[in-house]
Amino acid sequence: MKSGKSWAWVTFILGAAYFFIPLIATMEFSMRMKRGEYSFEAYRVVLGDPRFQESFTFSVVAAVFTIILGVLLVVPTAYWIRLRLPQLRPVVEFVTLLPLVIPAIVIVFGYIRMYGSNSPLPFLSSDIGTSALLVIGYATLALPYMYRAVDTGLRTIDVRTLTEAAQILGAGWTTIISRVILPNVLIAVLSGAFLTFAIVIGEFTMASLLNRPAFGPYLQNIGANRAYEPAALAIIAFVITWGCMSVIQVLSRFAPKSANRPN
Amino acid sequence: MTDISLSEPAAAGKTLPPAQARAARLPTQWLGVAPFIIFALMFLILPTLYLILGAFQNADGVFTLENILELAQPTILAAYWISIKVSVASSLLGAFIGLAIAIAIVRGGLPNWTRSATLTFSGVASQFAGVPLAFAFLATLGRLGLVTVLLRAVGFDLYQHGFNVLSFWGLTLTYLYFQIPLMVVIITPAIDGIRKEWGEAAATLGATQWQYWQMVVIPVIWPSFLGTVILLFANAFGAIATAYALTGSSLNIVPIVLYAQIRGDVLHNANLGYAIAFGMIFITGLANVFYIWFRTRSERWLK
Repeated sequence: MKSGKSWAWVTFILGAAYFFIPLIATMEFSMRMKRGEYSFEAYRVVLGDPRFQESFTFSVVAAVFTIILGVLLVVPTAYWIRLRLPQLRPVVEFVTLLPLVIPAIVIVFGYIRMYGSNSPLPFLSSDIGTSALLVIGYATLALPYMYRAVDTGLRTIDVRTLTEAAQILGAGWTTIISRVILPNVLIAVLSGAFLTFAIVIGEFTMASLLNRPAFGPYLQNIGANRAYEPAALAIIAFVITWGCMSVIQVLSRFAPKSANRPN
Repeated sequence: MTDISLSEPAAAGKTLPPAQARAARLPTQWLGVAPFIIFALMFLILPTLYLILGAFQNADGVFTLENILELAQPTILAAYWISIKVSVASSLLGAFIGLAIAIAIVRGGLPNWTRSATLTFSGVASQFAGVPLAFAFLATLGRLGLVTVLLRAVGFDLYQHGFNVLSFWGLTLTYLYFQIPLMVVIITPAIDGIRKEWGEAAATLGATQWQYWQMVVIPVIWPSFLGTVILLFANAFGAIATAYALTGSSLNIVPIVLYAQIRGDVLHNANLGYAIAFGMIFITGLANVFYIWFRTRSERWLK
């Protein structure tokens, strides 16, 4: 190992340099707004910008709805596949991986052509409908991550025994999923939720093509028109991503304790 | 759905029920996945099929190969070419660099904190894409970026030496920021899967270090490595936000051409837009068929 150590250190340090220099540079750039001194002026300007607040709020709300939709869609499905339709698992897994194959821009292009104002389902004819379509689009983007997180969570619990116990106690399907299964995979669901949040919050393509006042298009707009604010926004976005990932890491530490492994 | 009895599912897996019984039960069983299937059809599969079908039709809905053939015009071909170049370069470089980092933190004898720090950071950086990433690289390697300015101060002008962040290499270097971490995140478990005993066993049998790598390590990690390369390729190929925010439309990769087409029909042919979308699905689809194939092969080793 001794002889191997030096190359490992070199690799590690080069990697660290590649990843930290842009962060340092961005930080430095974001603080250059006032001539001749470092200041947080750019952050003050950005955070005080009403368009920042509006677009950020819009994206947070969209993310929350995306998470709700994703949970409603994925938890019962993954549960049911585990319990009753294991032969369908490859199909469902394939479908959940499709958003990695089909680029977001293609999916949203399909929406625009399929759900226009003179289609049977005119999502795009109203603002609220378009926002709903955006949330739906985000839910498809998050599908691979959400499904994997939930399915991993379900693997750690004994779905069949829990279901039978609940049924013996007289619980219906809604009760079983919401009060027995969901609490048991809550940590997995939350991991998926925070990952979804990180993906959705700054998403550009779908929001821009659906003309929604989301954070991603706002970022792009600021990037095209300002000098120092984009750097500040990049740091803010990095901090948000970091926050989401840290929460997931902390959650994963609790995961094995909360779930009883079968056998 | 409440009328489904309890004991059946346990038995269903082991003893095959009579064909009739299965047929009778199937509809209620399927209700459980119906919302998911309907959602996937409406918002994932049908919109995609709509575009694919549109790619093979003219404006009057008649079948034609014209749109596909029209993809061969120089601007569109160039767009595909630059997209493929950036995706291949960033996925291969990202894969090899990511692999080197993963090997360094797992097998390099580094202190433990380097491993957890690298994995945590990789988790974050692999999701740090899109518009903010473009900002970060403009602040680093743009004309006024810190690295550009510092290098100029020591007498090396990047931009006079042909570098431009708004170029093929600029974009590739930027994409590496999420490609390398993604590789690290995915490949580290595979490297963990290489047991120490294998090295000892190989050494006992008289294998040299090189033979051990060539005949044990590489065959074991090869499928998941190649699989991840393909995932990285698709990841870069479909990305638009970073490139758009970084280069505006000065570097015409396919997603940017498609974006402009959706916004304003710049090609003056709606069905040609469908054909571009079809071309993108075709390329990422082809890559992912390989990915799925390699993943199933690599899973055999990781268990």
